Amino acid sequence: MASGNNSGATDRPKGETLVWLCSAGLALGVLMVVMLLGLIFWEGITVFWPKKVVEITLVEESRSTLGSTRNISGVVVKKQENIRSGKEEWQLLTGNKDAYGAMFKYIDAADVASIANPTDIVVAERMEYGNSIFYATSLEFADGTVLPVSAPDFWVRFESAIEEVRQRYRKINHLEKKDIGHINRKVNELTIQERALERRQAEGASIDNDELADIRQRLADLQAEYQVLARQARELRDRQEADILQYRLSSGQERSQPLGDFVGFHQPNQMGLWQKISFFLHHIWSFLSERPREANTEGGIFPAIFGTFVMTVLMSAAVMPFGVVAAIYLREYAKQGPFVRSVRIAVNNLAGVPSIVYGVFGLGFFVYIVGGTVDQLFFSERLPTATFGTGGILWASLTLALMTVPVVVVATEEALAAVPRGAREASLACGASKWQTIQRIVLPASAPGILTGLILAMARGAGEVAPLMIVGVVKLAPSLPIDGVLPFFHLERKFMHLGFHIYDLGFQSPDSEAARPMVFATTFLLILLVIVLNLGAVLIRNHLRKKYATGAF
Amino acid sequence: MNTDNSTVTNDPKLDSPCDPEDALIEIKDFNFFYGTAQALYDLNFDIPKQKVTAFIGPSGCGKSTLLRSINRMNDLIDGANHQGDIVINGLSVFDPLTEVISLRKRIGMVFQKSNPFPKSIYENVIYGLRVSGRNKKGELDQVVMESLKGAALWDEVKDRLHESALGLSGGQMQRLCIARAIANKPEVILMDEPCSALDPIATGKIEELIHELKNQFTIVIVTHNMQQAARVSDNTAFFYLGKLIEYATTENIFFNPKQAQTEAYITGRFG
Repeated sequence: MASGNNSGATDRPKGETLVWLCSAGLALGVLMVVMLLGLIFWEGITVFWPKKVVEITLVEESRSTLGSTRNISGVVVKKQENIRSGKEEWQLLTGNKDAYGAMFKYIDAADVASIANPTDIVVAERMEYGNSIFYATSLEFADGTVLPVSAPDFWVRFESAIEEVRQRYRKINHLEKKDIGHINRKVNELTIQERALERRQAEGASIDNDELADIRQRLADLQAEYQVLARQARELRDRQEADILQYRLSSGQERSQPLGDFVGFHQPNQMGLWQKISFFLHHIWSFLSERPREANTEGGIFPAIFGTFVMTVLMSAAVMPFGVVAAIYLREYAKQGPFVRSVRIAVNNLAGVPSIVYGVFGLGFFVYIVGGTVDQLFFSERLPTATFGTGGILWASLTLALMTVPVVVVATEEALAAVPRGAREASLACGASKWQTIQRIVLPASAPGILTGLILAMARGAGEVAPLMIVGVVKLAPSLPIDGVLPFFHLERKFMHLGFHIYDLGFQSPDSEAARPMVFATTFLLILLVIVLNLGAVLIRNHLRKKYATGAF
Repeated sequence: MNTDNSTVTNDPKLDSPCDPEDALIEIKDFNFFYGTAQALYDLNFDIPKQKVTAFIGPSGCGKSTLLRSINRMNDLIDGANHQGDIVINGLSVFDPLTEVISLRKRIGMVFQKSNPFPKSIYENVIYGLRVSGRNKKGELDQVVMESLKGAALWDEVKDRLHESALGLSGGQMQRLCIARAIANKPEVILMDEPCSALDPIATGKIEELIHELKNQFTIVIVTHNMQQAARVSDNTAFFYLGKLIEYATTENIFFNPKQAQTEAYITGRFG
């Protein structure tokens, strides 16, 4: 690039413009990536920050009112120009979908008479219908006492009542998911046994009548046990409905709602910085750790994080040995010639096959053929209910593994080819066989390159959605693929996936405008997960690089 | 240049410096081809045991090819083939019954560029034992000590046997490679320009070592450095364009060459 010391302005070497072009290309690329990541980061992270609620008083002639008063309260989400009138309009997140029929309200900026920041306004998260924004009036407890908002201990009592509700909700969940779920599983198993016996009886085979009676007895016992638990759960549910909150909306409507419908509340206009930070961290934590509510638009996304993670790990575990072994044969053993060359070209081209094609193949091969056979051989008593013969995390992982094999094969082949000849010769000259040389010298030396391939494969696999939709991803999975129930790994289960979650929230949600923040937060998290997985692989790779520094060869 | 002269009037085999009874490696009518290109022509000579035999000659004369044929390293090259035979201790290296792995265990090799494995010094030395499945700690310790002492490296590394071999200096690495070669207790050590990447002091140490080693091993060394050949070898073979031009005691080659080409080469007039 340097033109030399004695060159004048006239003999500047050609090609400088190309250098600028290259750097401009890089700068453009970096700029786009940074902007995209910045947008996702900012939009994703601010979802959890408590936003100020304003109460807007409209001018008298405005037609944007929601009720008997001219007041509207909510969070100003966007200020924009109306496409038709060209006037400024504000998008207001009003909440109270049950009362107003929508989460958002557009008002003309010209209609705004005054704006206030009432300190006593409450934003409450609810189990259904999204957030509610209101002024509390009174609490009516089950024993008949009424606590007006003016009472000095109102907010303390309200908070503790909500906390009770939360605990009861957890208890109900535990009862229904854990204990009743446990009984259900047992009932399922016994029913299958019963059915099998009955089928044999119907076919005329002699069966052990005691056994059948025993099974029926145990089923009856379980039924009784279930009744007890179900009654407990019902009692708890009734208790959730007992305490009632009376509140008033800005629009003037008076409403009452059982405390059991609430998840939590905060008063954003009187929160200090620390309260806001703690609210922020608390909401991030519940986003990461909880299950989704309300068609996935509320609550957390833990099952999706977990599903993505497990699927990516399973995929890596499947693709690594397969791809590496294939590459070793191609590079080290196969006689290089037109045939191997065409195999190599074919493998490289597989990387360009649309991913949905892999999904269809996975459905046909893994799910129907392999899964169907497994069902017939090992789970025939459950048929016609499919166990492995339907989409599941195992088949999804294998499908993605198949899709990413070319990436691993190409990277591994290159890494193997880069191992210096001297290293192989030294090993062979010591009397090592070819396989020993590969195993002890060539593979360790090429491990960093192989891991690079795995990193690329993981990044591609974790972000893939299309093939997953037909081999096992669902909108809402009732249980995780790994849990505390024997045999702990339930690889036949359907699972949730962050990529699919984004699609589902953004495009399949009943209220996609309300789901928008969640889309950003989920996208941010998916990127974060891929970065974390990659960082792990990069750290291992750097460690290996240091260990097997090839400088001496 | 006149090849007729060398092949007709003076068969190098005739005044071979190797007493047939001392011959360890016998090269018989050996021809070697890379695909269709012939690299070695009708080689016929013996290499005596427990002597240092140097191969000299200009680049591309086939001396490394011959060296690498002795332990069949040329097997790795696609399209390489040969005629004739190389016999070690009465056994043909190309015999279908000869296991190439055990052959290479009997013939150690040291390369031009030192190539220790990215492992500890200890593991480098015992690599040959590990791959033959010998893993007894006592035996391995013993071999490491003996081999490193044999390669004059023990005193320098005895306190850091388990550190990476890649932290050694160039000369130490090359001696480590020699230790690795002698750990298998081979009959022959092949050295392919072992000092060409080293400074004069490291070269001096390796040359001293070669003197020591010839008491136990038969050494064949390829070198570009004629002074080195004169210093370390007992016999010298001069190759040119794939043919053996002259094979005699080192003294005769350097002070009393019979062939005009040999004289031209060692006096630096070509090559």
